[in-house]
Amino acid sequence: MGNPMKIRAANKDGVTEVKVLVSHEMETGQRKDAAGAIVPAWFITELVAKHGDKVVLSSEFGPSVSKNPYLAFKFKGGAKGEKITVSWKDNKGDSRSDEATIG
Amino acid sequence: MNNQRRTVLKSGSGAALLGMLAAAGIITPGMALADWNKAAFDAKSMADTLKALGAGSPADSKDVQVTGPDIAENGAVVPVGVASSLPNISMVAILIEKNPNALAATFVLPEGTEANVQTRVKMGQTSNIYALVKSDGKFFMATKEIKVTLGGCGG
Amino acid sequence: MIQRLLKTLVGVATIAAFAGSVLAQDSKVADELAKYREALADGNPADLLEVKGEGLWSEKRGPKQASLEQCDLGLGPGKLEGAYAQLPKYFKDTGKVMDVESRLVHCMVTLQGFKQEQVTRQWFSKPGQDSDIEALVTFIGAKSNGKPINVPASHPEEAKMAKMGEYIFYRRSGPQDFSCAICHGQEGKRIRLQDLGNLTTKDGAGTAMKTWPSYRVSQGAVWTMQRRLIDCMRQARWPEPNYLADSIIALETYLQKNATGTVMETPGIKR
Repeated sequence: MGNPMKIRAANKDGVTEVKVLVSHEMETGQRKDAAGAIVPAWFITELVAKHGDKVVLSSEFGPSVSKNPYLAFKFKGGAKGEKITVSWKDNKGDSRSDEATIG
Repeated sequence: MNNQRRTVLKSGSGAALLGMLAAAGIITPGMALADWNKAAFDAKSMADTLKALGAGSPADSKDVQVTGPDIAENGAVVPVGVASSLPNISMVAILIEKNPNALAATFVLPEGTEANVQTRVKMGQTSNIYALVKSDGKFFMATKEIKVTLGGCGG
Repeated sequence: MIQRLLKTLVGVATIAAFAGSVLAQDSKVADELAKYREALADGNPADLLEVKGEGLWSEKRGPKQASLEQCDLGLGPGKLEGAYAQLPKYFKDTGKVMDVESRLVHCMVTLQGFKQEQVTRQWFSKPGQDSDIEALVTFIGAKSNGKPINVPASHPEEAKMAKMGEYIFYRRSGPQDFSCAICHGQEGKRIRLQDLGNLTTKDGAGTAMKTWPSYRVSQGAVWTMQRRLIDCMRQARWPEPNYLADSIIALETYLQKNATGTVMETPGIKR
């Protein structure tokens, strides 16, 4: 399930800015361990952000997104107190969802 | 009424089948939302990646900006942003020319989401970074070189 | 003779021009690196660990099923605000000068009933293997954010440790005949593109100490000061001290003493 994400969402002048920090290894599949064996690829493939029920960002990642991915984006609308939900899933089938309130 | 419909769906055989598949690890929740573009992420060169994204040979545009430092102290974490003032942008992608696979990430922007996305990527070496955007169904591109340095002991 | 003088003058002018362009380039590089660091500051992955550490602090764990909320880090049981900034210090109950990590381990052993080997086995994280200590130290460190470092080393035991730390700092040894001071005892030095702080001054030591624990983007992990210093030893080709060794606590005492008065900005993020 992974560790919780850190989601910040703030509305200013009718635009909501969302900043997401995800806890994930984002292993490329090209790195070798100390014994010389390839460390298998393990990375987030999809990340979706919703404002209420509406998708506001839908992204696909490759393994070259940095470890502990960071993402910032803005959408029109959103009001203080409303919910932002961010969900991801990775190439091993693991997934996670976290929520934040727009401030 | 809506609630009732949901209840029916939940107990219906479709949902049960989905549940079974999920339990077996064949599909995971949310998988049905979108299909990861394997062809584009597996492509090595810029040209193949653009082809897999259906972008062909995009025109350079001054209205697309790639932001990032001129020099990155470490290639493992390079902050990159894409912004554009072009109308109706539905998709943004970040490509790194000299990485083993050029495509780093794609973002689908529904109406109302601004064409202004920031993330962090890995760079194997100094390279051009490309921002690709789809505006009114057409593709445009911009580029910036980011140098990757080797640092010292890390302060 | 005049010709020789002329030659020398041309030479000097060339060198001066060259030096000028190198300096200009240096400051441009420095500006760009500053931009890079600034871009990383918002959204420090260490924040994820801080949240985890907060949870671990109050969770009832170990054979005694106790939390760490009664842990005394030097300001009294459970007092976390500013605790990191005044460590290492002398603790009466153990009769030792302890840094944040040795004190934390002490609390995990005495309050929670863990065995020391058990809690220190994973004292730093590896890909896919989290470290509770890293998370807890990040959380404790963040509770000193904005507080000035305050290690006057006035207790005789603390003074002794600071002295020992200073001795280790200047001591040349190992296959390269290296000391900490060779890289970190002068102004204006750098390795590759990175500035090397002069840790013998308040400014230099302050800049270094105030940002730890720090997220290392090259490692994808938060490093504690113990890990930083133990790895410095490795880089100097010295034998690596054990985790929580007195030599490391002595060095920390010396460096925190030099940095005293500098306001903490932690968790940091660096290459």
